[in-house]
Amino acid sequence: MPDQLIFGMEVVLNGLMAGVLYALVALGFVLIYKASGIFNYAQGVMALFAAMTLVGMMEGRVPFSHLINAIFGTEIHHFGWHLPGLLAILLTMVIMVVLAWIVNQLIFRHLVNQEPIILFMATIGLAYFLEGFGDMMWGSDIKKLDVGLPQGINDWIDATTFEIMGYGFFIDNLDIVATGVAALLVIALVAFAQYSKQGRAMRAVADDHQAALSVGISLNFIWVMVWSLAGFVALVAGIMWGTKSGVQFSLSLIALKALPVLMLGGFTSIPGAIVGGLIIGVGEKLFEFAIGPMVGGATENWFAYVLALIFLVFRPQGLFGEKIIERV
Amino acid sequence: MKQRLLTALTAAMLVASPALAELTVVDTSYRTGPYGANGIPFSDGYQDYFTLLNERDGGIGGEKINLVECETGYNTEKGVECYEATKSAGNGALIYQPLSTGITYQLIPKVSSDGIPMHTMGYGRTSAKNGEVFKWVFNYPANYWDGASHAITHILNENGGDIKGRKIALVYHNSAYGKEPIRTLEELAKKHGFELTLLPVEHPGQEQKSQWLQIRREKPDNVLMWGWGVMNQVAVQEAVNIRYPMDQFIGIWWSGSENDVKAAGEGANGYKALTFHNLGDEYPVYDDLRKFVVDGGKAAGAGDQVGSVLYNRGMYAAMLAAEAIKTAQEMHGVSAINAAQMRDGMENLEMTEAKMAALGLPNFGPEFKVSCQNHGGNGFGAVSQWDAAAGEFKLITDYFQSDQEIISALVAEDSAAFAAESGITPGC
Repeated sequence: MPDQLIFGMEVVLNGLMAGVLYALVALGFVLIYKASGIFNYAQGVMALFAAMTLVGMMEGRVPFSHLINAIFGTEIHHFGWHLPGLLAILLTMVIMVVLAWIVNQLIFRHLVNQEPIILFMATIGLAYFLEGFGDMMWGSDIKKLDVGLPQGINDWIDATTFEIMGYGFFIDNLDIVATGVAALLVIALVAFAQYSKQGRAMRAVADDHQAALSVGISLNFIWVMVWSLAGFVALVAGIMWGTKSGVQFSLSLIALKALPVLMLGGFTSIPGAIVGGLIIGVGEKLFEFAIGPMVGGATENWFAYVLALIFLVFRPQGLFGEKIIERV
Repeated sequence: MKQRLLTALTAAMLVASPALAELTVVDTSYRTGPYGANGIPFSDGYQDYFTLLNERDGGIGGEKINLVECETGYNTEKGVECYEATKSAGNGALIYQPLSTGITYQLIPKVSSDGIPMHTMGYGRTSAKNGEVFKWVFNYPANYWDGASHAITHILNENGGDIKGRKIALVYHNSAYGKEPIRTLEELAKKHGFELTLLPVEHPGQEQKSQWLQIRREKPDNVLMWGWGVMNQVAVQEAVNIRYPMDQFIGIWWSGSENDVKAAGEGANGYKALTFHNLGDEYPVYDDLRKFVVDGGKAAGAGDQVGSVLYNRGMYAAMLAAEAIKTAQEMHGVSAINAAQMRDGMENLEMTEAKMAALGLPNFGPEFKVSCQNHGGNGFGAVSQWDAAAGEFKLITDYFQSDQEIISALVAEDSAAFAAESGITPGC
């Protein structure tokens, strides 16, 4: 087999894996948009906040320690205990639920029936608030996140592909785990939305707030639930991306990678986020591999958006989005 | 009403009046945003050293230092706003140290017309080394092009002086900063016969799979890196993932702090980074910093950065500024110097080992002398290596000089182009 073809296959596989990571971020956007029509600008920051909280829990850091020390002249930083990863993840989920409740009580409860742009602006404010709040709570240092996920080249794939093709493929173990987690997450979310009472209520709210209210569905409960689910997805994305690069401010910028995925897959489809992620992941990696060297490289960011724009021209609602027909 | 008016007038006078006989130093810091984790230790070191001088020595030459901090968030527009807002603070700002190549480029024309010196230590516009063109900008003791040459010289030394046919890849931040070493590396490639591959990474650098797959396919003998922020951490992790030999991976000094390697754990052991100052906290000055600043609750930040690579760099920048102030005071025979006199002090700064030892920093930085023609020092640097078990970078070479034959020609060419564009007549 020609070398370029083999290399191309490796690039496609890695593109698929990268796409799964993009999709993990996009899922959080989809959940909230689907249920409330809000484009949640704060989704990336929620991933950062969740990952920071997780590390803080695991390392037994004292929240707001810098503030406490500055005010009271103390020197406290750690509680002196370390929590196991699983327990810390559970506690972080609880905190994300509390955050969802607070966000709903203080912000979105008061903005029912407001224009989408107002809700969007509110999420921008929330994003900036959470950025500062997270830094104040856990510090802005770069934190190592280790919940026991494997990282580095998968030796079995390397050896097997080498035996077959004379070239060992690189696949990161973390990407394999992320793929499995994303698959489980999508199955669970789709099953929840289709078959559970709360899931059906969530879809009813998404279709028509007023009609859902008239049949006794609590809008507040649904919104808190959806923001909690988005917080959980943010935590999963934060764990995967935070394990790769350490937990730091830039984690919030992963939202930028999710936008073309949403444009392509549709803002309202959970499977669309996954398929969109895979197309963007493969597309940008293949373009960088085949065309990048001819144009000086660094094509991935803009190519993802170009690809999404091309899809938009032909299918504005995205691949799996709902076509909105408004009669005059 | 009258009383209110008087109170307001008094308050306005207090704000507007210049502080008497103070030396105003501005710290354009960034403690927030994507690069805050790096901005904090640098700023802490920069401020703590001046605080030490105030607390221990009563300032410099009897004049207290008035430190003014302005948060830029590493944002060029905010950096310019900070400059405009602070240039007249106190008796007028004496020096700027923006810690951002983007902000530096925007401030070069401003400081030149306002007559305020700017020190861009190891960053900024490299050809600012030519003092005949860039009268108000200084970039001693080393610049990006020195760094590119240091990396190649180190590889030469490791390979018996022959790197003909060797494959060297540059992974760089796709920005003005990241592109700085390319021209120098291309010239060095011609001279030494190595093959250079360029691998740009898009901001912020969170996703680098394509670049590292290419490195794995093409197996370059060495990888150089010009990164900042998250790009560094991801690159080091990807190098670990593909099992690239870490001792053949060399980062510029902005890719060589604890922040860049700790997240990758044990796998990052052996990673190399360039530096133009020494590392660690085993210097007498740190005893004073702890005694007069940190323990006294006067540290700029949480006091937990002392001795880290970027804290040391900030502290070193402050020390060089303080020495320039002393030089200016001696030259002009006044203690309350102005910005123009500060520029003279910087232009006549000479750092000797004896001087550094007396300051409590023996063997901390290379010796160098600044002149009207040469605002960039002698181009000495060293190589450090990450020891994951000890959790610290250690210097593994002595200071050595960059390839002046190539760099001087490039500086002359680039600064001449700037002079022509800007209508500057070079001269001292």
